[in-house]
Amino acid sequence: MSSAKIDIKEYQDLLKQYLETKDELVLYQAEQLSKGIKQDVSPDEIIEQHYKALLDISPDLDENIKDSFEFLIQTMTSYALAYKEYHDLRAKQLELKAEIEVAANMQNTLLSTKVPKVNGLDIGVTSIPAKLMNGDYYHFVQDDEGNIGVAIADVIGKGIPAAFFMSMIKYAMESFPENRMYPKIILELLNRVVERNVESGMFVTMFYALYDIHSNEFYYATAGHEPGFIYRADQGEFEEIDAKGLLLGVKKEVKYNQYVDEINEDDLIVLLTDGVTECRDGDRFIEREEVLEVIKEHRNLPAQQIVDHVYKYLERLQDFKLRDDFTLIVLKRNS
Amino acid sequence: MNLHIEDFKEGQVTVLKLAGEIDAYTAPQLKEKLLGLLREENADVQVDLEKVNYMDSTGLGVFISGLKTANEVNSSFTLVNLQENVYRLFNITGLNDVMKIENTIRGGM
Repeated sequence: MSSAKIDIKEYQDLLKQYLETKDELVLYQAEQLSKGIKQDVSPDEIIEQHYKALLDISPDLDENIKDSFEFLIQTMTSYALAYKEYHDLRAKQLELKAEIEVAANMQNTLLSTKVPKVNGLDIGVTSIPAKLMNGDYYHFVQDDEGNIGVAIADVIGKGIPAAFFMSMIKYAMESFPENRMYPKIILELLNRVVERNVESGMFVTMFYALYDIHSNEFYYATAGHEPGFIYRADQGEFEEIDAKGLLLGVKKEVKYNQYVDEINEDDLIVLLTDGVTECRDGDRFIEREEVLEVIKEHRNLPAQQIVDHVYKYLERLQDFKLRDDFTLIVLKRNS
Repeated sequence: MNLHIEDFKEGQVTVLKLAGEIDAYTAPQLKEKLLGLLREENADVQVDLEKVNYMDSTGLGVFISGLKTANEVNSSFTLVNLQENVYRLFNITGLNDVMKIENTIRGGM
């Protein structure tokens, strides 16, 4: 190993000064010098340099002290190797992190969906991954008549595999015909795609809905997804969306129930993934009621601002950390 | 948090007693244990979840893998003594219709 990484001359001068003066200021300078030492200088090299510098200053060093330095340098050998390994791993980790960031960007591009702008229905959405890659997915489509299809899904299993899996779902959905597709049919088709293509242990929950923009009817079906809520403006209360269905990919042929609800003026439809209610505040789990309370409080704002307020509320809680990916969609029927 | 896993025989039934949290960190060891037990042909495993106070979707993944394995080799398992919040997950995902679940604690069923 090269010794040029430590300024040996400077080190020697400082050491000499210190031995002569015992001045604390010199000690401080030594500390400054240590900051300049490159991280790939191993600890045994530093000791070796110290030994050389010391020999230069006092050539008549006691033989025992000389030998003890040889001994110390030998003792440091395996520590030095571990130290080097640590730095190699760190470099590698940075490299991997950069690659994952590229993958996350690619995911954003692959899975991007446009929030439709439509008269009468205001849509807000936020989706934040717990790690770099998001296992949640949401998707909007608008058919020829202007009706809005919305999918919200969560891949069981997190990180990179989940993200790639979601891309598969998206492309399967995009291959469906563009005319009016009812939620029940979409889920049945997707279930077949997922069942055929997944390794065991990876599964998807999805809530799929079709909002009829002309009749204000909300059609939906769920494949094991966390139920959402409808805020009824006339009653000032949330009602849990009552739907049931098996998650995608467990069984080959699954029939899904389809439900329909009427949506009145100023009603809100709240769709979410379980990250929303699994967020942790210290040792406490965030209750769904808390999330709904924040939504209710801001119900008169535009839909996007409502979902942003929820995320800000959660973020402000002390010790808040996302345990799972977080996705929240609010659909608001305008008056 | 940790997951404590213990298994013992009770007659023909293998009891798998779990205590703690089932999440992304503890799921792999549970999966290995559960699938190992289920791969024995005609095995009858009773998974006791009484002391499991938290489970996330990765835990569901483990039991779905268990279901697929059990169907392949003709073994079976039953989930017993589920806490209400844990049962809720099986209910939402519709898995309570395809898995054997008994004795949910504090209502639910």
